Amino acid sequence: MTHQETLFNYTLRLGDNALILGHRLGEWCSKAPILEEDLAITNMALDLIGRAEVLLKYAGEIEGKGRSENDLAYKRAERKFQNFLLLEQPNGDFAFTIARQLYNSVFEYFYYTELLNSKDTQIAAIAAKAIKEIKYHLKHAHDWTIRLGDGTDESKLRMQKAINELWMFTGEFFEKDEIDEMMNEFGIAPDPASLKGAWLSMIMDTLNEAGLQIPETNYMQTGSKNGVHSEHLGYILAEMQYLQRAYPDAKW
Amino acid sequence: MENIKDSQWPIWEVFIQSQPGTPYKHAGSVHGPDKTIAMQNARDTYFRRNEGTSIWLVPSEAIVASNPEESEMFFDPSNDKAYRHPTFYTMPEGALNI
Amino acid sequence: MEYKFLEQYFESKIEKDINIEPKDWMPEAYRQHLVRQISQHAHSEVIGMQPEGNWISRAPSLRAKKILRAKIQDEGGHGLYLYSAAETLGVSRDELIQQLHEGKAKYSSIFNYPALTWADIGAIGWLVDGAAIVNQVSLQRTSYGPYARAMVRICKEESFHQRQGYEIMANMMAGTADQKEMAQDAMNRWWWPALMMFGPHDTDSPHTGNAMKWKIKRQSNDVLRQKFIDKTVQQAEIIGLSIPDKDLKWNETKKCYDHGEINWNEFHQVINGNGPCNHQRMSNHIKAHQEGEWVRKAASAYSAKHKDQNLIQATH
Repeated sequence: MTHQETLFNYTLRLGDNALILGHRLGEWCSKAPILEEDLAITNMALDLIGRAEVLLKYAGEIEGKGRSENDLAYKRAERKFQNFLLLEQPNGDFAFTIARQLYNSVFEYFYYTELLNSKDTQIAAIAAKAIKEIKYHLKHAHDWTIRLGDGTDESKLRMQKAINELWMFTGEFFEKDEIDEMMNEFGIAPDPASLKGAWLSMIMDTLNEAGLQIPETNYMQTGSKNGVHSEHLGYILAEMQYLQRAYPDAKW
Repeated sequence: MENIKDSQWPIWEVFIQSQPGTPYKHAGSVHGPDKTIAMQNARDTYFRRNEGTSIWLVPSEAIVASNPEESEMFFDPSNDKAYRHPTFYTMPEGALNI
Repeated sequence: MEYKFLEQYFESKIEKDINIEPKDWMPEAYRQHLVRQISQHAHSEVIGMQPEGNWISRAPSLRAKKILRAKIQDEGGHGLYLYSAAETLGVSRDELIQQLHEGKAKYSSIFNYPALTWADIGAIGWLVDGAAIVNQVSLQRTSYGPYARAMVRICKEESFHQRQGYEIMANMMAGTADQKEMAQDAMNRWWWPALMMFGPHDTDSPHTGNAMKWKIKRQSNDVLRQKFIDKTVQQAEIIGLSIPDKDLKWNETKKCYDHGEINWNEFHQVINGNGPCNHQRMSNHIKAHQEGEWVRKAASAYSAKHKDQNLIQATH
């Protein structure tokens, strides 16, 4: 892979993560437990779609084949997406969504903090804007994890279940393939494996404060960096891409 | 810790200082179970998270309001709440005994 | 004797356009009218999130996805401002939600129509928000202070909503044959329900008398409806959409559009529960509320356990 192809794929990953999670969070619209949370979740979804737009646009420019952010979002098939498996999981109940937010926001916090120093100035700029949003997402996830873990018996049960079931998707955060290695070598991105310690530490602190147990299973799901996804992604794309695929000549 | 009553959470009044040096103005109210979530809600509702804006949150029940002059003749002068009939949420049964 | 004095004082404030504030004396009927009107306005914003929310997952571009979300978020926020205003009158949001679920409170009939295609999202933004804006601009001068202030805030945020919808329609009308057909079809289905948003004719409106007397309402249903028609027809013509009203005609004397008669039977059916989506909108709202109960309780329980961190103490 050339440097250009590597950078393209790398940026695509960042964009796909934002896009798929943003899409999932949008599904909470009018369904949140209280109106204020509907707003909070929509706010975060908005941040993510905005970030996806900017990242995919940049990715298209890097690729240099004239693909826009919409071409990339709406016309790629399942095996070309490289978002983390965690982010395409269904929202489940509120605890499930919060657990996913916790895992992802803590990771993004450390990851994007590193990206602030990226030698790619465009990515550094995107990270500078994103980090403010990520801190907010992290605070929201942390505050709710505490309240659900230390709320009622029912909320504790649900939150622990969510923490347990999503644990196996967190391994992917720290996987390093040749794209990550090359990006790290060029000072564009951090070595994801190096963030594991800090991530684990913050997760454990939060779970302890919430009175929740850290899962003990070691089995981790993998595959998204090779475009091997869960069965959920197909359904997400079928819905998301429908209009563009049904009317290929139309401009929206 | 059971017997928690379902509610839309207590009300907090939101005061905003849009720029340093200017007075805080009442913007409206939000619901929140505690000050942390209430502050998040105030930001999401009134600011879409604008930086640099200062927010004060006050539980509605903490506000002491004067009575409009004509009311003092006819209503309970100790009615010093901000709203007509303040609605507050009963603490969960048993919580006060913990 | 004293009651008469209070009543006169109240009426003189109304006459002088001095806002009535939460603790001012007010006739009970005024208070009840406002609770009903403000809460129904709030319910409308919230229910309105459903037809549009349906299309977030299928928005055909990232920009459209973003803008639609921002719009829906605004609407949720508007619901919050309005519930806040209603609560100043001595009613709790819990009660208001219960009234909604029991069918005792209504919401704008327009949201009982389905959003069938992407063009509907355009039509909703352009026509439905367009109609709402006409009404809301007028309400900025409503007599009850908290309601007026909520309306001022809402109007500031509303401006982009209508433009979002109109842009979608304009774009489709400049697009492929399929897009044009979709846009005209949406127009055909949303035009009349949008006109119905302004309520019955002035002569048939049971609440209008008091509402106008107390300056809760500043302009009548028919006046507002006419305003909406006059501004919208021109917008439709510019992008090539035809209004589905064969009786629509410019009246040179009155300098406004004459229009066909609204199907009042449909209006009454829908407002009384027999519209395409009434059941679905309500059961979605009830479901979300019920499924959210454990979350609300969890937060309340946490707060009770950690009282020292909060100012909220015992209540009445």
